[in-house]
Amino acid sequence: MSDPEISTAAVQAEHEAPPPATRRMVLNMGPQHPSTHGVLRIILELDGEIVRQAEPEIGFLHTGIEKQAEALTWQQVVTITDRIDYLSNLGNNLAYVLPVEQLLQIEIPPQAQWMRVLLTELSRINSHVVWLGTHALDLGAMTVYFYCFREREDILRIFELFSGQRMMTSYIRIGGLALEPPRGWQQAVRKFNDALPSKIDEYEDLLTANPIFMRRVQGVGHVPLDRLLALGVTGPMIRAAGLKWDIRKAEPYSGYEKFDFDVPVYQESDVWTRYRVRLEEMRQSQRIVRQALEGMPGGPWKADAPHVVLPDREKMKTQMEALIYHFKIVTEGFRVPAGEAYVPTESPRGEIGFFVVSDGTAKPLRVFMRTPSFGNLQALPALFEGHLVADSVAALGSMDFVLGDVDR
Amino acid sequence: MPPDAPSPHPLLAALEAWDLHAFSRPPEAADELLVWVVPARIADVCRYLRDEQGFERLSGLTSIDRYPLEPRFEAVYLLHSISRNIRLKLKVALPGADPALPSVTSVWEGANWYEREAFDLFGIRFGGHPNLKRILLPEEWQGHPLRRDFPVHGHKYTYQND
Repeated sequence: MSDPEISTAAVQAEHEAPPPATRRMVLNMGPQHPSTHGVLRIILELDGEIVRQAEPEIGFLHTGIEKQAEALTWQQVVTITDRIDYLSNLGNNLAYVLPVEQLLQIEIPPQAQWMRVLLTELSRINSHVVWLGTHALDLGAMTVYFYCFREREDILRIFELFSGQRMMTSYIRIGGLALEPPRGWQQAVRKFNDALPSKIDEYEDLLTANPIFMRRVQGVGHVPLDRLLALGVTGPMIRAAGLKWDIRKAEPYSGYEKFDFDVPVYQESDVWTRYRVRLEEMRQSQRIVRQALEGMPGGPWKADAPHVVLPDREKMKTQMEALIYHFKIVTEGFRVPAGEAYVPTESPRGEIGFFVVSDGTAKPLRVFMRTPSFGNLQALPALFEGHLVADSVAALGSMDFVLGDVDR
Repeated sequence: MPPDAPSPHPLLAALEAWDLHAFSRPPEAADELLVWVVPARIADVCRYLRDEQGFERLSGLTSIDRYPLEPRFEAVYLLHSISRNIRLKLKVALPGADPALPSVTSVWEGANWYEREAFDLFGIRFGGHPNLKRILLPEEWQGHPLRRDFPVHGHKYTYQND
């Protein structure tokens, strides 16, 4: 039999303790939660339905890519840049090759530059449709997901046509492109690009002005602009907070200054405006792709730099010199003059740039990957704290991060 | 008449006028804006740059390992001013034995994770950091993998036949 006095005290203590609603509860979200888009763990401290503290824990996808880069030759590193942000592979390739080309001081012919812009914009559309589909799915709109993946499939087919690969394309290389653009690529891109605006209208029909969707996103996840800047956030989240800053306009690279496009800006800095910014960006990317298609210059698609770029097969069979260059590049790579370079570029998620350091050898001394998702994810507590748990999923989706990009 | 010497960038001139003792090498014009800072003064310099020179954001923070040279580490701060549209690189030379720096998290909140990453992968300690612990690797990990003397395969496997 239990001691009556102790049990009375226990009961009394139970009554004197604060009611459950004011007690904090610690909830573990992830790393396998479906709406964390990968393997992100968030430790939530809840006060009823309100998130009081959120602590993201990252590193589950860390594969030491920056370390691996030091063991590969300069050209081989292109293949691992595909794997950091796996939704914008071509954008990563471009961000990596630009500083290396700056160190090598090689001139990229116009056709290669325009092709790079075209492909980077296609991967921006690809990334945004995947974001839209999964974001809408998190908020309960399933149809959008299927529509979006329909377009993604078309884009991946185009990438396959160009490079033979759907995702890990490695198509943009130091000195130009990996392969000559395939026959008939214009028709494939044009067919997709001409149909895209009506597809975006379809998404908007389902979501914009949909009262259920609007209720879930308007006014949710608000963070003021100065806080976002201090936290190191870049990309669409900044533009949704009222700052017109796009690296393609501010610090043009790869010939972006020759294209005519607008930078969408909204003021409210909530999930809704981030959605509007990304949708508008897809339309602008479509415009850029159209301009690139119509104005594609002719000429070579790789630089005139025999010590860096592999020679044509035909030349290798007839010219001794080409054969020697081929042998040298394949066996030992090429040397990059000592120095360091950083070229910021605009990825679908924000500023991506590779800070490359060379000591004059055929392998990089250091490749620092300034990835947008890593910087953006730091803002997660600012988006979560003080808001409802149910809104956290909407806020999380609006950040649009890729865990491979965070953990590298 | 001798050719004119290239005039220094106004930003470098402003830095020189502000406090020359904060810099380990006098700021000079090169292809890019680069300034070498005395380790103990990095947070002051960053605060000055943010408040007076409009560098709203820290774009990135990392380190270079020059092993076996000495001073072994270079901490690199990639600063960006959106309003002036310029980028500035700050560098701090650090010794191989116990590299340590003041944290700049009080200047830019976003430095938090970058400093944790540099601590995790290079073993650079940031004094005054609110939560300096490993970020990408597990807590029990031994060593700092981005140091040049850390083998790519790790210490666990030798791969003698490769």
